[in-house]
Amino acid sequence: MPHETLTTLLWLAPLPPILAFAVIALFTNRYRQTSSTIAVLAMVASLVMSFIVFFNVWQMKDLGKKPIGGQIGWLPTGETVLNIGVAVDPLGATFLFMVPLACTLIFIYSVGYMAADPRYTRFFAYLSLFAGSMMGLVVSDNLLTLFIFWELMGFCSYSLIGFFYQKPSAYKAAVKAFMTTRVGDMLLLLGMVYLYAETGTLNFHAILHSEEVLNKLAATPAVLGLGISAAGLIAILIFGGTVGKSAQWPLHVWLPDAMEGPTPVSAMIHAATMVSAGIFMLLRFFPLLVASGEHGTAFTLVGLIGAFTAFLGATIAVAQYDIKRVLAFSTISQLGFMVAAAGIGAYVAAAFHLLTHAFFKALLFLASGSVIHGVEHGHHHVSHAGHSGHSSHSGQSGHEHDGHGRHDRPNGHDGHDDHGSHDAHAFDPQDMRNMGGLRSRMPITFVTFLIGGLALAGFPFITAGFWSKDEIFADAYYHGLVKGDGLAALVFLVLVVSALLTAFYTMRQIAMTFLGQPRTEAAAHATESVPSMTFPLIVLAVFALFIGFINIPPDFPVFGALVGGGAFWLKNFIASMLLEKPEPLAFNIVPVLFSIGVALGGLALGWFVYVRNPLQAGQTDPVEKLPVFNFLYNRWYWDELYRKIFINPLQAIADNYARVVDKGVIDRILEGGYALGARVTKGFAEFDRVVITGFSDAVGRFFRSLGDWGRELQSGQVQNYLLSGLVMVIAILVFFLFLFQ
Amino acid sequence: MNLLNTNLLSVITYLPLVGMLLVLVTPANQTRLIKWGSIAFSLIPLGLSIAAWAGYDRTVGGYQYLESMVWFPQINSVYKVGVDGISLPLVVLTCFLTPLAMIFSLNIEHNPKAYFALFFLLQTTVLGVFIALDLILFFLFYEVSLVPMYFLISQWGGANRRYASFKFILYTMFASLGMLLAIQVIGLASKSFDITYLESSLGRPFTGNNQVEFFGWDPTVWKAIAFIAFSIAFALKIPIWPLHTWLPDAHTEAPTGGSMMLAGILLKLGGYGFFRLVMPLFPDVFSQPVLPGLNVFGAPLNYSVLLALLAFLSILFGAFAAWGQTDFKRLVAYSSVNHMGFVALGIASAGLALTPNSTVREIDATIAGSGAVLQMVTHGLSSAAMFALVGVVYERAHTRDLTKYGGLWTIMPIYGAVLIFCAMGSLGLPGLSGFVSEFMVTRGAWSVHTLLTILSMAGLLMTGIYILKAIQKVLHGPLGEEWRHHPLPDMNFSEILGIAPLMGAMLVLGVWPALALNVINVGVQGLLR
Repeated sequence: MPHETLTTLLWLAPLPPILAFAVIALFTNRYRQTSSTIAVLAMVASLVMSFIVFFNVWQMKDLGKKPIGGQIGWLPTGETVLNIGVAVDPLGATFLFMVPLACTLIFIYSVGYMAADPRYTRFFAYLSLFAGSMMGLVVSDNLLTLFIFWELMGFCSYSLIGFFYQKPSAYKAAVKAFMTTRVGDMLLLLGMVYLYAETGTLNFHAILHSEEVLNKLAATPAVLGLGISAAGLIAILIFGGTVGKSAQWPLHVWLPDAMEGPTPVSAMIHAATMVSAGIFMLLRFFPLLVASGEHGTAFTLVGLIGAFTAFLGATIAVAQYDIKRVLAFSTISQLGFMVAAAGIGAYVAAAFHLLTHAFFKALLFLASGSVIHGVEHGHHHVSHAGHSGHSSHSGQSGHEHDGHGRHDRPNGHDGHDDHGSHDAHAFDPQDMRNMGGLRSRMPITFVTFLIGGLALAGFPFITAGFWSKDEIFADAYYHGLVKGDGLAALVFLVLVVSALLTAFYTMRQIAMTFLGQPRTEAAAHATESVPSMTFPLIVLAVFALFIGFINIPPDFPVFGALVGGGAFWLKNFIASMLLEKPEPLAFNIVPVLFSIGVALGGLALGWFVYVRNPLQAGQTDPVEKLPVFNFLYNRWYWDELYRKIFINPLQAIADNYARVVDKGVIDRILEGGYALGARVTKGFAEFDRVVITGFSDAVGRFFRSLGDWGRELQSGQVQNYLLSGLVMVIAILVFFLFLFQ
Repeated sequence: MNLLNTNLLSVITYLPLVGMLLVLVTPANQTRLIKWGSIAFSLIPLGLSIAAWAGYDRTVGGYQYLESMVWFPQINSVYKVGVDGISLPLVVLTCFLTPLAMIFSLNIEHNPKAYFALFFLLQTTVLGVFIALDLILFFLFYEVSLVPMYFLISQWGGANRRYASFKFILYTMFASLGMLLAIQVIGLASKSFDITYLESSLGRPFTGNNQVEFFGWDPTVWKAIAFIAFSIAFALKIPIWPLHTWLPDAHTEAPTGGSMMLAGILLKLGGYGFFRLVMPLFPDVFSQPVLPGLNVFGAPLNYSVLLALLAFLSILFGAFAAWGQTDFKRLVAYSSVNHMGFVALGIASAGLALTPNSTVREIDATIAGSGAVLQMVTHGLSSAAMFALVGVVYERAHTRDLTKYGGLWTIMPIYGAVLIFCAMGSLGLPGLSGFVSEFMVTRGAWSVHTLLTILSMAGLLMTGIYILKAIQKVLHGPLGEEWRHHPLPDMNFSEILGIAPLMGAMLVLGVWPALALNVINVGVQGLLR
């Protein structure tokens, strides 16, 4: 297909969902069926256009050197114009495949999942804008429009996390997500203006594929005498955006709370799109990291933060009970894997894991939504049959009607939560302690969740997660333990431990949710979800199993031969993004053994603890016996720390600033000046009365007193003072005479 | 039609006076006629201002639609008007906001005749400031614009209106005194009040042949005095911390339409004054030290740094103050201090480039200056919208106390959506116009005042907090007990009619900023040459 056509498709690809948002918000917001149909069709249109582009470029070997796209002038700046545009390069192309596919499946899932929600159309409006923004971000050929869509996604995620806005926990989580990511966004904004000021452009290709520009940035010392290069500082500032959006320590705190949103949103935000966007941008700027120095500050920072976050998330996930929160911390941890990989220079491995993770984590979130849905259903079935008396004063409507719309509220009640009358009966359908034995009740959900879980754990050979995690291990091992790079060695060790924990908490989650016997009546009466929800699970499960085959090392025993010429497709494809092609690593059995060992070891540990002795109703979870349980359960107390050292002091300043400074100091001084001035003016007034007669109006006097003063300065030039005074007097007189008579 | 060809700006400016006269001759009991008639009439200047916009030749730039008449020969003052790329957007903004502010004044019950007459007078005086190219003319319009605003606050304002209106007029008039003096000195030095002449290298006050020595003081001293006098007058209007304390009182007490004009237009007089007078008349003062020997971080503290520092403090403290408010309107009022700080930051950055042989690159200064002008326009849109929305909910709930609202989105779905849209515009969400201008100011200022730009980001961060606080307190949470039994109606047709153009303008300028920047850019480039 001609490049012009592809460029047109790139311009058009983000539009359908954005238009769907506008149409739903303005016109069809009262028509549920119409709205969701519009949203899904728009997403499919976007998918089709993206796929056409992807399948036209996926075999182009030099796409990174010559991305396809077009530009228009957007921002006039003096003699020049800042261009914006769209482009597809290898990294963007892989996202053009993954993002619309995942989004479409999530849209279809939402039709079933949100079916009973009263604000169904609003949900699809936000979801569409979200998807359109992510598409816009993917096709952007410059940092400015990437940032614009990045922020729009931030707004959508704020709106969707706070979708159940009547619930305090929901809107608090929304504000927290917005503000925490905004910290990163401010750094990103600074990085952007810095980059723009230094290079005069924000086009990715012009900056990141030009040796000249990169060398210049590397040779320029950073502002403020920080002792690093401009390239290093810009990379760090831009990485700040990644830290916020991809929930890396120390800005990771928003993501777990963001689980307040409806579950499809979690899949969208926390797997396929928004958090991926952070890594996507980091990978885009990878050449800048390289330019800032192989062992420079920027690389070290990225590697350390990634590794620490991977470990932090994995440890916290071990001690959570909320099914979605386990996944949330798992996401934080897995994103840490990718960041750490980027930090040790494993560009392809990071991109690979980003892709596989998007599929299996979206699957896990959607499957967990299905679980919650089923348990909710079981709970309502039970409470309706057995405890109907309790629901008689719930007010608006019977449980059987709006039950579906409530599954995201931990208490199982809608706006009435806040009355407290139901709190005694609070049932949390997301608490894994309330589950168990769902395997037989929800077979499709179980199998797909199992596939997603095994992929997350990195179960050898048959799951995508194994291949991508193994790739990271291979790189870290090679650089760290073969070549002797300290950072890479550290990253390798931390990631190995984290991967072990990952496999363990995954097994714990699968066992607590699906295996053993039901621990509550609700779990015993859970039902499988509707086909519109299970279909996306099945499709995603296929990808969670097989997407790993896009990047199998050619010399990997058996599998390398199996894929033949398709080996290292991803690596060969996206390597042209970099100026220097990454050196191919020879196959090394040691990291593979580590990879297999920690996956199977963690799963086995989970098996011994949770499958051999399934948790019984009322029984304490074995992890609570760990001495660090409270520390982990409370997420290492980061939230409390931030509240103490940032939020509370700032709040105190805000609450008192206006009263103390504005009223207490500034106005006092000015009032003092006024009192003094009034006294002086009075003196002038006495003087005036003697010297000049005629004007006696207050304002006239005011100006004339000035005129007298000025006369000493410039004799005979008082006309305009008088003129000003006159106009004032006349104006005031006119209005007093005519208007307020 | 000949009049339109030769005197378009004067026609635009004085048409509202015709409107005022029409209102005054309409019987006072015809309130519907007065209100809707005024709105309809105010569309004429809007149409003409758009025509002026369309007809402005951006390839040539400079002042266009010039008119010049002998006016006050005794003191060398002429009636001279014209617009360039800096004033034209503000003329259009004024004509755009006036009918919208009038729509949000439809609920005025007390003496609407006087109210709408004053509104027209306000429009004329503000337009006069933007088109004036003579210092005396400029000052006249500038001062007279206070009068209608004073009455709008004192007659139709809230409970504390006397104090607020008095504070407003006294502060502003007091700050103008210095400017008046400075205008006199400039007139004596350059023997002219013609701004185009004063801007030229020949007419620039206190340079070349225009050096004066009063009291035996050096011309540079007079230059500094005049610079400071102008700067204080305009800084108070913008307003820049710590000269801002009149603003929360005046904005909060003014009626909704008055607040919209005050925040939307009158604050812009300050920023405009810097662009029209301070920067071209005193191009080299920005780089001069405030006090010899006073250093900050090893560099001498010059006027540009001082202004940027105060801009940063405005951004920071404006955000803190807004965050701490429990009165919805006061929160929005303080948000102006926060946002207008970016105008000041842009001015400080662009101003430094004016000094001959400045190290500031022209591109940085152009972007900062254009960003500051655009910020004036976008803040005009978003703050007017926010005040309008405060008015909508106040009229229904009869309270501005944020702690008393809650969950209103459930019963006012349209209002909720509109409020979120406009609040996001105010927050600077990309896709809406506020982002573009803040981005440009940040970009331009980065190269000039790096550290202060970085610090200002802390203020921008907190912009998010107070905006989200407002949204949350009004819309989110369970529906307040009071409103369960006393339901509040959603926005009505005229309110939607009044807010929709603001939303549209925010969106259009956010998506396609070149629409405004094509003209602004030309104006700022002309200034910097």
